[in-house]
Amino acid sequence: MDDRQRQEYWRRNLRLMAGLLVVWALVSYGAGILFVDALNNISFIGFPLGFWFAQQGSIIVFVILIAIYVWQMDKLDKEYGVEENETEVHHS
Amino acid sequence: MSDVQTWTLVFVVLTFSLYIYIAYRSRVSDTAGFYVAGGGIPAPANGAAIAADWMSAASFISLAGIVAFAGNGYAGSVYLMGWTGGYVLLALLLAPYLRKFGKYTIPDFVGDRYNETARLVAVVAAIVVSFVYVAGQMAGVGVVFTRFLNVNPTTGVVLGMAIVFFYAVLGGMKGITWTQVTQYTVLIIAYIIPAVAVSARVTGVPLPQIGFGQILEELNGLQTDLGFAQYTEAFTQTSRANMVLITAALMFGTAGLPHVIVRFYTAKSVRAARFSALWALFFISLLYTLAPSVAAFSKLQIIQDVSGRSLAEMPGWFTQWANVGLITGPAAADGTLPPVADLNGNGVIDFTGAASDVPNELLINNDIIVLASPEIGGLPAPIVGLVAAGALAAALSTASGLLLVISSSVANDVYYKRINPQASEKQQLLVGRIAMAAAIVVAGYLGINPPGFVAQVVALAFGLAAASFFPILVLGIFWKGCTAKGAMWGMIAGLGVTMAYMLWTIDIYGNSDGILGIPETGFGTVGMLINFIVTIAVSKVTEKPSAAMQELVEEIRYPGKTRLVEAHAKGEDLH
Repeated sequence: MDDRQRQEYWRRNLRLMAGLLVVWALVSYGAGILFVDALNNISFIGFPLGFWFAQQGSIIVFVILIAIYVWQMDKLDKEYGVEENETEVHHS
Repeated sequence: MSDVQTWTLVFVVLTFSLYIYIAYRSRVSDTAGFYVAGGGIPAPANGAAIAADWMSAASFISLAGIVAFAGNGYAGSVYLMGWTGGYVLLALLLAPYLRKFGKYTIPDFVGDRYNETARLVAVVAAIVVSFVYVAGQMAGVGVVFTRFLNVNPTTGVVLGMAIVFFYAVLGGMKGITWTQVTQYTVLIIAYIIPAVAVSARVTGVPLPQIGFGQILEELNGLQTDLGFAQYTEAFTQTSRANMVLITAALMFGTAGLPHVIVRFYTAKSVRAARFSALWALFFISLLYTLAPSVAAFSKLQIIQDVSGRSLAEMPGWFTQWANVGLITGPAAADGTLPPVADLNGNGVIDFTGAASDVPNELLINNDIIVLASPEIGGLPAPIVGLVAAGALAAALSTASGLLLVISSSVANDVYYKRINPQASEKQQLLVGRIAMAAAIVVAGYLGINPPGFVAQVVALAFGLAAASFFPILVLGIFWKGCTAKGAMWGMIAGLGVTMAYMLWTIDIYGNSDGILGIPETGFGTVGMLINFIVTIAVSKVTEKPSAAMQELVEEIRYPGKTRLVEAHAKGEDLH
């Protein structure tokens, strides 16, 4: 990668990260805590929705967020030719 | 011997033999193998090992009980969200970059990125946090042995120490990792089977995560009748602001704990480090989505089984746990827990909340919910034995991971880096093994004679990790201009203020209300913000890091081989 490509790669990485962290904060601090009362008026498969987010939904979303990150970074690595194959071990 | 004891013994002997066999197969002979398993663990295995390392005796034994009883339902969510949400931060902000940076420990990163003084602060913090934790694990081992096998806690702890000693000293990180993969398997099976069985029997839905939605209305009703706040109602115990602060302290603390971060160094590559984080949270989420359902089912069943009964009519599990002092009457004025008794003489044991006219006569310890859940749910003896083995797996796997942090901090960061830089591989390995052995003995001692405040301090450790490590790790990676002086003062300010606040609010000093009602468990978030502000402010006014260091920080952003990272790995000084 030359300098311009590096900058681009990094900017796209940061943008992805920022997007995912916004969702991370919205489901836990938002749905699970700040807006929990309002959401509890909605029923979801037997749960008050706010309570569900606090005890189930946020955890499920966290897993999905990391999955999206891993998948998108894999794509980004390939696009910029810095992908690592599984056998390569370069440990210090 | 009762049926339960026989089955517990069978499962304990079986699983322990398996751990020993695996440890023997994966013994190591070099420092890279001892500290980071040669950096060659595949991602799913590494994820399972991280999950086992992370899920301690507290997660396995206490979590469901804390949600059901201490948190009265909703308030327990801080632990559910806090201890999983931190992995998103780890995966996105730390794991890939620290793996690219290389080396063996957190103090290594701090020392190489900043300076030697910062390294020492980090070593001390890492060792203190790890010892506090490991004492709790050993105590957990003692509880399981006492209740299920009727041996005294000391014998239990010594047995646990012997097993950990064998595979940790022999196999280092490699032995620990492969044993942890097995331990994860044991503990998750032990958690899933009773949860599914109870959910299927009570609701007809074999998926507990969905099944527990079907009983919430009934549970809310029962709790209201008994004078408790509703199970699903928010902010009955903890205010909105404190829910946010505590959750944040646990999340950022998770992302700053040395024994978790070090696991990403064991991954094969940057890509594998990302995948390890994904697998780890996936494996953790299996237990963490089950825990609240185990909590709800157990609470419903306990209320139904216990309400309106006299002491003589109580079910078998009630009497057994009352005998070991984990089901008691409410705390007396001096803090002691008297045996269960019908205090008001109305013929029944009353389990009631604050809103009831009848005073409460019952206190159920958080730690028994999971261990007793198979018996409460009327499941057969083999499952009870399996749960006991699962609890031991959770405690031992976390203990071994923590011991490795202590050992590598002493052998690598203190002995090799500070005392004897000329040390050969053999000498380093020997020091590592001796440090490990000494740490196990100290941990065992703390497990047998736990200082009264251990449980409290374990929760505080997250706040300390959030206030000390998280900001300087993130800034060290994402901001090239972050200086050694900035990081050092940031750590000292964050850690100092947080520790001072925690000491000040601890019960013995009588300021337990704190400032603005901020609980000591949530203050880590404030400490972290202070650390961020001080680090940035001091960095702005001190001399910038060297050009080579800035270029190194630039390079860790990109996967694959890069020049400076390679040079750094060979030991070149870039300051």
